[in-house]
Amino acid sequence: MSKWFADTFPNVVYQGWTGDTGWLTAIGQTFYMTFGSALFGGILGLIFGMGLIITSSNGISPNRTVFWILDKVVSTFRAVPFIILLAAIAPLTKLIVGTQIGSTAALVPLSLGVFPFYARQIQVALAEVDSGIVEAAQAIGSSFWDIVFGVYLREGRSEIIRVSTVTLISLIGLTAMAGAIGAGGLGTMALSYGYQRYANDTTWLATLLVLVFVLIVQVVGDILAKKFSHK
Amino acid sequence: MSNPIIALDNINVTFHQKKRTIEAVKNVSVHVERGDVYGIVGYSGAGKSTLVRVINLLQEPTSGSVIVNDETFFQADSEGAKKTRITNNDLRNRRRKIGMIFQHFNLLNERTVTENVAFALQNSELPAKEKAEKVRDLLALVDLSDRAEQYPSQLSGGQKQRVAIARALANDPEILISDEATSALDPKTTNQILALLKKLNKEFGLTIVLITHEMQAVKEIANKVAVMQDGEIIERGSLLDIFAQPNEQLTKEFIETATNIDKAIATISAQPLVTNLKPNELFVRLSYVGDTTDEPLITGLFRDFQVTANILYGNIEILQDTPVGSLLIILAGTAEQVKSAIATLADHHVVIEVIKGGK
Repeated sequence: MSKWFADTFPNVVYQGWTGDTGWLTAIGQTFYMTFGSALFGGILGLIFGMGLIITSSNGISPNRTVFWILDKVVSTFRAVPFIILLAAIAPLTKLIVGTQIGSTAALVPLSLGVFPFYARQIQVALAEVDSGIVEAAQAIGSSFWDIVFGVYLREGRSEIIRVSTVTLISLIGLTAMAGAIGAGGLGTMALSYGYQRYANDTTWLATLLVLVFVLIVQVVGDILAKKFSHK
Repeated sequence: MSNPIIALDNINVTFHQKKRTIEAVKNVSVHVERGDVYGIVGYSGAGKSTLVRVINLLQEPTSGSVIVNDETFFQADSEGAKKTRITNNDLRNRRRKIGMIFQHFNLLNERTVTENVAFALQNSELPAKEKAEKVRDLLALVDLSDRAEQYPSQLSGGQKQRVAIARALANDPEILISDEATSALDPKTTNQILALLKKLNKEFGLTIVLITHEMQAVKEIANKVAVMQDGEIIERGSLLDIFAQPNEQLTKEFIETATNIDKAIATISAQPLVTNLKPNELFVRLSYVGDTTDEPLITGLFRDFQVTANILYGNIEILQDTPVGSLLIILAGTAEQVKSAIATLADHHVVIEVIKGGK
């Protein structure tokens, strides 16, 4: 069996399990980049998305200036193609994490690349929260933070999980491009060790692993979204 | 007499949209006394929702003054200048004493019935145990104890509204604002909710401001009525006065929806009895309020004037424990006799309207 495998997929075997170019290393790097940037980009996106809802003209604290600034920042970052963002913010990356290559360096552009997307998703998700419920909370005498946490984030929870799933999946896509700054991961495996070396078996396995990862995220996301919905 | 619990004076609310200016409420003053059930009736777009939202400043007026419980919430002169406004923190505290219920219930979908009511208590200083007890009592009051752990999506419309009422009552408010609270409910459920509101008014002295487009609802529980059209109050008074003697066309229309008397007149006018009215006959409508009805007037007509009264239709409403009636009858007798009979009826404060005379 293992001999058959080694004969049929020689390049897959050649990469090995561990080491700088091993499969486990690549999987680990992809996980690290996806969840690491999901954390930072997620927090940033949540704050911006929430801010857009709160300060919009029919929000609980309308503020034209703040809304305009948030809106423009989100739009600007969304307009920059990710592969260019990677290069363009290299000095900033170096400033923040001390290096501009590798998985950790990739966290900076990945976070900045994903947050505007997530902010818009959050904005849409929270816009779904019935304004009547917000008004009822105001009539009850709820404070600003009661409404942010107790109404928006709580009522929008299921929808937030749904858009987070979408965002996480698109983030997995972005990590593949981070290979351009030597971040490693399954993207690098598929492109640098597979495609560029005519090692199709390596490319295919890397693709398959990415697919499995996406599938797991999707299924878990769907289950959680359903669990938290009582509509 | 003590001061009104709610005093809205010269309230204007103006919205500016891109190029249009909408005057939603125009120079309206409303005073609600403690213990009142004040009904504000009008079609959608009349400005009644905007007006009641001024009470708890969910809608800040452009000008006017808002005084609740002798405390000035808001004041601005007609130019919108010289504003005084309660601080946000105080406003939040005062709002807890002004319950509000809505047409679409506005319950938190992701919380159970218990959690919905408890949500209103999250800023209360009661210890957790008392809060839980309070929620239980409120749910018992609205007869929903057995639904405590369900989510709103598992409840019927009437049950949802009862949860909303329990939530609105959580902080022991003195005022309850009902914004079309029965408009999305079927007639039977509407009556249950109105009965509950009536009970709250009677037993706890809760002051209720009720806005609706259904005169039926107002008729059931209000003691005072204001009719709103195009941002203005066009007529107001006690429920009895408004029902007995409406002046404005719109008021009459609303009352018609609750009594259907005009429809009855139209139907009966098409009957042979009326179309072939004899020369000595008169088709009239009698309207009366209260005591008059205790006397046997109709029998008296024959006894004293030999005038017969053929009753074709009758509608008697009990408003505020007082009967308010409309009768459609054909009076028959000599011209002289009928004239005397009508004069006597008028003496008894019966309003007589001749719909058709015989030829």
